Parts: sequence; structure tokens; C-alpha cells
Amino acid sequence: MVEEKKMSTTHLLKRADFIFKSDNDWKDVLKKSLSRKANELINELISSELKGRGGAGFPTGLKWKITSEIDSDEKYVICNADEGEPGTFKDREILSRVPFKVLTAIAVCGHVTKAKKGFIYLRGEYFFLKEGLEKAILEFETFCKTIGFDFSISIFMGSGAYICGEETALFESMEGKRGEPRNKPPFPSSCGYLNKPTVINNVETLAHTYTIFKYGAKRFYDLGVQFSRGTKLFSVSGDTPKPGIYELELGMSLADFVEEFGDDDTKAVQVGGASGFLVPRKRFAETTIGFQGKLVGISLPTGGSMMLFNSSRSMFNVLDNYLNFFAEESCGQCTPCRVGCQQLLRGIKAVKRGEKNAGYLDKLLKLAETMTYTAKCGLGQSVANSFSSIVENFREEMIY
Amino acid sequence: MEKRKINITVDGIKYQIKEGKTILESCKDLGISIPSLCYLKDISSNASCGVCVVEVKGAKTLVRSCVTNASEGMEIKTHSPSVNLARITNLQLLLANHPTDCLVCERNGNCELQDIASVLGVNETPYDKTKPLLPLDESSLSLIRDPNKCILCGRCVAVCAEMQTVYAIDFTGRGLKSKITTYKDKGLGNVACTNCGQCALVCPTGAIVERNESSHLLKDIYDENKVVIVQTAPAIRVGIGEAMGMEDGALVTGQMVAALRRLGFDKVFDTQFTADLTIMEEGHELIKRLTTNGKLPMVTSCSPGWIKFIEHFYPKSLAHLSTCKSPQQMFGAVAKTYYAEKMGIDPRRLVVVSIMPCTAKKFECKRPEMNSAYLWWKEKMNLADKEAFFDVDYVLTTRELAKMFKMTGVDFKNLPEEDFDHPLGISTGAGAIFAATGGVMEAAVRTAYEVVAGKPLPDLNLRTVRGFDGIKEAELDINGTKLKVAVAHTLKNARVLLDQIEEGKSPYAFIEVMTCPGGCLGGGGQPIPTTWEIRQKRADSIYREDALKPVRKSHENPAIMELYTDFLKEPLGHISHELLHTEYIERGIY
Repeated sequence: MVEEKKMSTTHLLKRADFIFKSDNDWKDVLKKSLSRKANELINELISSELKGRGGAGFPTGLKWKITSEIDSDEKYVICNADEGEPGTFKDREILSRVPFKVLTAIAVCGHVTKAKKGFIYLRGEYFFLKEGLEKAILEFETFCKTIGFDFSISIFMGSGAYICGEETALFESMEGKRGEPRNKPPFPSSCGYLNKPTVINNVETLAHTYTIFKYGAKRFYDLGVQFSRGTKLFSVSGDTPKPGIYELELGMSLADFVEEFGDDDTKAVQVGGASGFLVPRKRFAETTIGFQGKLVGISLPTGGSMMLFNSSRSMFNVLDNYLNFFAEESCGQCTPCRVGCQQLLRGIKAVKRGEKNAGYLDKLLKLAETMTYTAKCGLGQSVANSFSSIVENFREEMIY
Repeated sequence: MEKRKINITVDGIKYQIKEGKTILESCKDLGISIPSLCYLKDISSNASCGVCVVEVKGAKTLVRSCVTNASEGMEIKTHSPSVNLARITNLQLLLANHPTDCLVCERNGNCELQDIASVLGVNETPYDKTKPLLPLDESSLSLIRDPNKCILCGRCVAVCAEMQTVYAIDFTGRGLKSKITTYKDKGLGNVACTNCGQCALVCPTGAIVERNESSHLLKDIYDENKVVIVQTAPAIRVGIGEAMGMEDGALVTGQMVAALRRLGFDKVFDTQFTADLTIMEEGHELIKRLTTNGKLPMVTSCSPGWIKFIEHFYPKSLAHLSTCKSPQQMFGAVAKTYYAEKMGIDPRRLVVVSIMPCTAKKFECKRPEMNSAYLWWKEKMNLADKEAFFDVDYVLTTRELAKMFKMTGVDFKNLPEEDFDHPLGISTGAGAIFAATGGVMEAAVRTAYEVVAGKPLPDLNLRTVRGFDGIKEAELDINGTKLKVAVAHTLKNARVLLDQIEEGKSPYAFIEVMTCPGGCLGGGGQPIPTTWEIRQKRADSIYREDALKPVRKSHENPAIMELYTDFLKEPLGHISHELLHTEYIERGIY
């Protein structure tokens, strides 16, 4: 593993306290965790207040608890490594640098929930990670055998659809079907992969559980702020002199963030990728990055992408880019998302060209609202985040 | 077990209901109709359209009432500003890409998209068209698909996969490119589609419709040189009334005959006549197979969707199929030989029209081998190759006929009842029940029993094979010989019996298969809507028709007896072999 570390792009790292700390103690962490009772581990997670780092922020301990309490002879643990959000690039680093943390966490979750099988659903474009991961899995499984722990992990390669990062579409994809979200309820905890109880966690979430099992919940809980405990990886990109991956405590203000990462000309930050929110300069000070910040900074919906834009950027082009992405990546199942994305895209172009008057933007904002309320899954529901926050804050750039 | 009672609040009013139903169905029981579009009871759980959304207290988003169960304490608003906005917006999004040529659409006046637009008061959309025009799929002889009218509700995909296990169509593409299509866009006519038309029956718009042939037919009707005769399948008389504004399942045999005469048909005959003929041939074929160690179980061959299904998916089992043609094709062959000769009509002038509850029949009549009458006359009349004709010239669905009736302005409901013409219009109750699942079996038993046992059947009503169970079984005792028989409807259930045959585990001597749910009365060419409740009413009418018939056994049909005496001589004889029996081909699945 030391070899592999050297190969990866270490220069991207500026501040890494926990996540990227070496995973070479994984055998101890695994053995120690497996010797503990399921309840104990769940309580540890619950008291850490770790929330899912994929974006939705569901309490991880509760997720494990629900599945552990369901009686079923077959259960699954799935690591969601379909990192497809534009501007997010941290899961690939975790998997290439500290894969054993993730594997250990998957296995501990198996111990907690009595699942015997784990999967890593790996983004199609991350094929280059597959060989290294397979090597790690082999070593990991061999060790599990020697300590008499019955658990196996397989990699399932995605095929490039953004929607398959949505957990139920991911299950459909794994089952060999068309990647489309399912009707919910039921939820994965009781009815997931192959309709069996399934815990599905983001790569980073699993890596954090390793930290918690290693150091205890308190160490994690003491970081961050109320409702947003612990640290989080941020993928920083755009108009910044120091792009890269940073592990930062939750609860920072966006103003501090821009102070650190901006180029003194930052006019807006897109928090949470294409499906996140755009925060304009005038709101930097009042926006905190966490799960329950005030005002626009409710934030990090998708894995901590932070995209900075300076005054040379056209926000129309930014939005146009996002909407093209969504129109292309909408799975096409439900009307509001399938047609809504197309109409938003077409609509802003028509306004820009003067084919429709500026008032049409208000109609589109209403459409975006309907998408939020009636799209079936997170994809369609979150298109309005970037759309509304960009149109509302940079209306003049949409028109002129 | 009695379902638990739960308390819910709908639009501010408290109700106690039984647990286990969706919000939409629960509200329907309470007399509250939630507008919906893509939802179809028993069929669709795609929940794609976003019209049936409601507000549920505590939920982050609006909730799709068609797939979300009502639960204890739920507070539901079926209408509110945000619900109304969402419904209208989602409908407008669909309308943006839907053609507005309603006036020339097959489904004009019977379209769920039109209906919901009217219910929601939507008559325009602020959105532009975003989808490029796609070509029509006209590759099938039975069905035409217009992807531009498709709203991607997925009902057709669901019936094709879940009810029929045919999987001829599915979704492809993402986002803007999402569409429903066949394998590699080859078109329905070039893939393993059975032409059953259940997709057309559930389509909310005009995206899948039968290939309409009425305009061509009208030319022939108005042509003085042509003798145009019509046969009507048993299921038409219990379906067409619905399309003419009468109650579900209305039995309208007399009005139908009268209306067909007024439409201009020279003779109005009955497919039930050849249903009786089918029983004679098939009954004797079964006896022959039983007594000469032939291939068993024998499986019925009246349902052309089923025939194409087995040709595609179970070609190894083709020898189990009865070699009898379907009643429709027997009719064509008999009409253009026996009847033409008897009446002194040049068979080239004779136009045979079928009114069928079925879209697969359109394909069946164009199967290259369905030209027995031409071959019969070829040498006798020294016919050239280019004079070749099919036994049946046109097949129209119940829906197409209803449109023709409306066009000619007949006052259908109030027409005096009239009788079919002789001799091809004389039939028995056994012929009538061909319309319902189990009917062919029951009719066959009535005849086979008496032929073998040489004594009357104690009870003509074989109730064990009636009803809508997917697979029904019966055991017959014919003079001490025990015979197990089975009846299946829908291809999903047929598959179960076929798998048994291919595994060598089939305990049956005789199997009836009908492609469509409920049998022909639930066929893909029947009026829209066709639901289980409506199918039941049609079945009730058909069994009433049977009970009312003075003769209820095929072999006692006087016109059939005459046909054998004057022409065919005997069942399975050489003329029968030429005109009434056929063979099948292996088709593969790509």
C-alpha cells in the first residue's frame, strides 16, 4: 500500500487529519470492532452524530440500526462509489489511498447487520481503480478467513449513468435492469438490493466510521458544530489558486472558506455541485457549511463540492452547463424531471436570445418548484437548487 | 384475515378505512376521485406522470397517491395550491411534446390525456416542444406505434412484460432520448411481438393503435362488383354495445347484425359457425391423438397471438399444437370454397371481412399459408399467380367497427334485432363460449364426450373451467377413461403449462390457451377501457348467450351437419385437411 500512496496525487492534499491518515492499522480496527457487540457499535455511531456524506445527510447509526433489527437471512452492505456529481472528486482518492478503511467499515457494517456480502458500486469512469481495489479486497478477505469472519466483498462496475448514484437506481443497475429510481417507500434499509434489507453508504461515510471505531465517537463528535459533527472532505475547484481535496471541520462560514481558497475576486460559490446551491458574495458571511445552516447555506447536499467563480464568469453559462448535464442525465422516468430539465434549459436560452420575455423566468422558477415537489428522486428534486439560486441571484445575467 | 382499520384525514374530514390500499384507491372508495394519468389499476406502478400527487402532512415533497399506501394517522390534502400547480405543470410538460392533431387521432374522444386536460382545465401549455419528431413504427401488420404521442407511462411495457412475458417493447435512452421501442428499433413487425394488442388496450393516448383498415374496406363495400360478406367473432356481441354507448357487457347480437346490414354487407355471418366447425375438427383430432398414441397434450390453436408466441419462444413444442386453423381462418376457407360454389359466386369477387376482438387476427389473415381457397380454385379455375387472394381479406377490431357504425349514423341502441344469414350464420351455444377463457375446452368436451361415450353428457356446463383463474384444471371421466385438461389465459400462464410440457411433466391430455386475459372478450381489439370488472360482465353475457341457444353442442349444429354431408364428408377428411388444417413455423426470438 505504501507503493500505491506514492503513485497517487499527493500534491492535491493540503489538510488531512483523519480520512487520509494511513490505513495500515486496519487489522486491529477490524478485530477490535468485530469483538464488540452490534448494539455497542451502533450506539457509538449514533452518539458520534455522523450523517451520510453522500449528500442527503441521513444519520448513519440509525441507518445501520434499522437494517440490523430486520429479520432476514439475506442482507447486503453496499458502498456507493458512483461519484458522479460534477465537481466532486474525493471518493476516488479515498479508494486509492486508504481502501482498507472502506473495506473494514463495510465488514463491520456486515457484522452489525449480520450481512455476509458487501459490494462496492464503482463509477464506470473509475475503472482504473478496479485492479488496485481487487488486490486490496483479496488481502482483506484472506485476513477475514484467518480470523474466522465470514464476509466477502465484490466490485460492481457502473456504466456511466449519473442516476445510478441514486441508491435505488443503483440497486436496479446491480440487478441488471435499467437504472431508474424505485418508488419509495419501501426504503433500502428494509428492501434494497434484490429486495433484501440493505445498508448503502457513501465511500466517505464509511471512511468516517473507521475513524469513529478507531478513536471512539467523542473524538469525532467534538469536531464540527451542532447538527453537523465531525469533518468532511471538500473538493475545491474553479477559480481558486489552490484546487484540491481538503478535510475541514463542518460549521465553517463560507466567508472564511473564500478567504482561504478564493482569488480575491470570488463572486459566487456553488456549494454541493450541480445539484447544490449557488451562494452569491453578499451571502458569504451568513452562510455556514453544514447540515442545518441558516439561509441559503443549508448545504453540502452532495458530497462537498465547492466550486468558486470569479467575476470573469458568466453565470448564465454556468447554469446552462448544469442544465445540459441534468437534461442529459435525467433517467427519463418521471415527467417533472425528464421534461422539466429540458424546459428549463430551453427556457433560459429563449430568454437570453430575447425570444421570451424576462417574465418567463418566473414561470420557470415555478416549474423548478414543481420539480422539487414531484420529481421521484433526488436528481429531479435538486435541479431547482442550482436553477433557483442562480436565477434569483443573477437574474440580470440571465436576461442580458 | 380481516384487514386492520386505520384512521386517515382527507381534505379535513376524518375517515376510518381498511389498511392496505394506496391513497388513490382508498380515496376512490371514499368517493374522492384523485385525478391521475399514468396509473392503471392492476397494471401500472411506474408512477411517472406526477399528476396524482397529493399533500401528506409531514412529507418533504408531494406524494404520489397511486403508489403510496394510506397509513395510520395520515393527513392528506387531495387539492391545494401546490398540488394544483404541480398537476397542471406536469400535465403541461407532457402536452409540450404531445402532437396537437387530436382531430385526426385514432383515439380522439377516447383519450386519457384529453380527459385529464379537461378535468384539470388545461387548454394550453407555456412550454415549447423539445422532442424531435420520431418516425412511426408501421412494421407490424397488426399495430402501429406513434412514439410522438407516447407519454412514457409504461403501461404497455408492463402488460407486455408482466401479463404476457413477451418483452417486445421496453424503455431505452435517457432524458430527452427516453423512448419506448423494440429491440434495436427494429419495429414491432420484426421482433418477437405476438400482436396481442394488450398494449393498445392500455395505452392512454394514441401511441399504439391497431392498423385501421376501414377506409379500404369501405371502398370494397361500395364496389358493386364485389360481394362483401362479414363474420363476427363471439366476443363482438358482448363488446360493441359498450362502444355504442350501452352498458358494459351488453349482449347486442341482434342490433349488431342489423347494423352490419345497414353498413352495406351483403351477408352477415357468424364466426360461431366455424367455431362449431373447429370443435368438430379439433375434437376428432384429440380423439385421434388419444387413440393412435399421438402427441399429447394437444393444445388449442384458435388464438393467433398464442400461435406466434409458441413459434417464437417454444418452437420445440409446435407439434403439440392442434393443426386446426382458427375459426376465423376456417370461415374464410369455407366461405370462398363451399359457400362461393353453393351460391355461384366467383371467389375472386368475394370479399371476406372479419370483425374480431383481436389485433393478432390482422396478422393471422396475412400469413402466407392462409390462402387455401385460392389453392383450391387455382387449377379448377386456371387462376394466375397474380390473382392470388387470401381466405380472409380484412380484419377489423371491435373498435374499428364501432367507428364505422358511428360514421354511418345507425341508431345502434334502438335498431330492431335481426338474425344472421344462412347457412354460415347458424351456430350453437358451444360456438358462443369461445369468447371466454375455458370456452373452447367446454365446447370441445360437450362434443368429444358424446362422440366417444356415445351418450349425452349429463351436465353441459363445465363450471370448473369457467372464471378468471389464471390456470384452471378439470378431470373428465369418459366411459371410465380419466382425462386431465387445463385452461390458461394470458401468455404468462401459458408459459407455465408449456414449461411443464418441455420438462416432460405435463399431466394433461388437452390444453386450451387464450392469449388475452379473460379470453377473446378481453382481447386487444375490444373497446377501451377493458377492465376485469368489464371482462366479467362480458363473460356473463356470453354464458347467457350460450344458455339461450336452442342447440348447445357443436355436433348438433344443422348447418355444420349439412356442410359435412354436402362438402367436407367427414372430420379430418382430405378436404378438411386442405382447407381447415394448417402448419406452423419456427421463428426465433430476434
